Amino acid sequence: MSTISTDLPYRPAGASLEEEATSLFAYTAEFKEVDAVLAAARKCRDFGFSKWDVHAPCPIHGMDEAMGIKMTILPWLVLSGGLFGLGGGLLMQWWMNAFDYQFLISGKPLWSLPANIPVTFETTVMGAAYTAVISMFLLNRLPRLYNPLFKSARFRKATDDRFFVVIEASDPKFDEVKTKEFLERLHPESIERVED
Amino acid sequence: MASIPAGVPEMVKLGDDIDNRFDDARQRAPLIVGGMTFNDVTETVCKIQEQGTTLPWLIAIMITGTLLGLFTFTVGYLVTTGVGVWGNNQPVSWAFDIVNFVFWVGIGHAGTLISAILFLFRQDWRTSINRFAEAMTIFAVICAGMYPALHVGRPWLAYWLFPIPNQMAMWPQFRSPLLWDVFAVSTYFSVSLLFWYTGMVPDFATFRDRAKSRFFQIVYGFASFGWTGSSRHWHRFERAYLLLAALCTPLVLSVHSVVSFDFAVSQLPGWHTTIFPPYFVAGAVFGGFAMVLTLAIPARQFYGLKNIITLRHLDNMCKVLLATGLIVSYGYTVEFLAAWYSDFHYEQFAFWNRAFGPLGWAFWTMFACNVVAPQFFWSKRIRHNLFCIMFISMCVNIGMWFERFVIIVTSLYREFLPSSWGHYMPTWVDLGMLAGSFGLFLTLFLLFCRFLPIIAMAEVKSIMPQAHAGHGGGHGGVHGDGHREGHGH
Repeated sequence: MSTISTDLPYRPAGASLEEEATSLFAYTAEFKEVDAVLAAARKCRDFGFSKWDVHAPCPIHGMDEAMGIKMTILPWLVLSGGLFGLGGGLLMQWWMNAFDYQFLISGKPLWSLPANIPVTFETTVMGAAYTAVISMFLLNRLPRLYNPLFKSARFRKATDDRFFVVIEASDPKFDEVKTKEFLERLHPESIERVED
Repeated sequence: MASIPAGVPEMVKLGDDIDNRFDDARQRAPLIVGGMTFNDVTETVCKIQEQGTTLPWLIAIMITGTLLGLFTFTVGYLVTTGVGVWGNNQPVSWAFDIVNFVFWVGIGHAGTLISAILFLFRQDWRTSINRFAEAMTIFAVICAGMYPALHVGRPWLAYWLFPIPNQMAMWPQFRSPLLWDVFAVSTYFSVSLLFWYTGMVPDFATFRDRAKSRFFQIVYGFASFGWTGSSRHWHRFERAYLLLAALCTPLVLSVHSVVSFDFAVSQLPGWHTTIFPPYFVAGAVFGGFAMVLTLAIPARQFYGLKNIITLRHLDNMCKVLLATGLIVSYGYTVEFLAAWYSDFHYEQFAFWNRAFGPLGWAFWTMFACNVVAPQFFWSKRIRHNLFCIMFISMCVNIGMWFERFVIIVTSLYREFLPSSWGHYMPTWVDLGMLAGSFGLFLTLFLLFCRFLPIIAMAEVKSIMPQAHAGHGGGHGGVHGDGHREGHGH
């Protein structure tokens, strides 16, 4: 982790290669109240930013609408995971007990659906639940061990009691001066430059 | 904070506690008391991990560690010698091993009920207790899982239970309830683990961001997967959490149903009953809530969580205990009624023998602990007395263990043929493994308290008024849900 102050607007002469490589990553604006950050999120959404986010210690009711977040495809993935578990569970039992090694026990039929329902149910739940967790993290592009935002000491309050609007420099509508002015008009507690 | 309309009872202080148990239609009782802010919640919960190892914790883990040592020793002795060191015999071929298995699996159910079913029913009070109730589930299922693995006699061949190729070139028999059990318990364990861990990721991020030492920064950094609290992430997180809750709800009902099939699908009088699945599930929730209370009361006292796990939470749990206790009592009654009504000699004898036979004392212990003891919770005064709650919960813990003992042993030791009747006596290995499994459970629980977030901070914050639009600036809305929606269109 580099120790460059994020406040420096320019690189001093003779800076090392590593420092040379740093560039503006994002502006963060800190908010104390939910109302303020919701209002700020609506303004960012209406301005048309695309690479921006609101970081909060807990999910905020109404934030999806305020940010214009579209419904995730996660439920469909979970459904397919569940169906995969269902089909896989049934196929496994049929193949193992009625086909590959025919298991004749107590005169019961080799293949009867009722006796195979409990295991099928469990494999369905397993398929759906694993899919839910794994695809949630992958859709969020997590696990991610490096994030330029971690360089900001102030940003650590995002998992405690503060809300942060983050506008990334890679956003097509981002402008080093104008975006900062835009954020100032939202009356945040503080604005910070985060470098990568 | 929301202003309180006139006439609504003021919250009074009772010692260190704040009484938030009033029921008034005009004012929803706050779930978190003491005027806590987000930061207060973070501080209170993180302090538990950050204060380091304390002397009481050290003493506690020494005691539980000793019990864990006893467990390791008895298991080692069992594995190296054989299951003959248990008191199991013919006809009592299932005894303490299966009793303890069912007991521990049952304990787990309260955790999933709190985390999944109460979530679907939007019982927001669950957020204060769900994390450690889920932890309790995980640890209880670990304890439970040990027993069938040891019961098979040669635990190194326990993988024969799973559908993986083995040296016999045979597959498991999928029409057996015992195999359903393997699938039910392993699904339950792994899905509960996922649910628990997923919920902890945002709290690990809080730990990471507060960690002072490099070691904990790295450990919690990995554990938190790089969580930043992004709202885009929260959106998918909440969706995944809801789906997991919806999946865990039928799962938890299925697990103890499948466990009950182990008995109900057999032909044995006393086991072959259709009431078993619902009655087992209710019993599991009943016993599990007793265990949650047994752990929650000392934890809130010891870790200063009185404003988060409030008196109202304890009151609610007592009510759940009473309600599920009544279902369990109904189950006991119906069993006897069905035996009488069946006019089937063996069935009637099984139940007569259960209550009045040589092991009748076990039945009456169960009856006193599970049917009589929770009835005291009808009284508000008893629900408000921590000592009484603790005592009754302990009774229920004992009673639920005896319930499984009664079902398993008293049905087996005197079945159809009097010439095959026998008796059952546990050996010191049986008793050592029972006591030792508590050592395993409590040691894991103490480690959890020391290193992991024992309160779901993010979830607690999300139900506080500060997380909702329109709470600040003297708006005074009770929850202010969504009355700001529609701005900025």
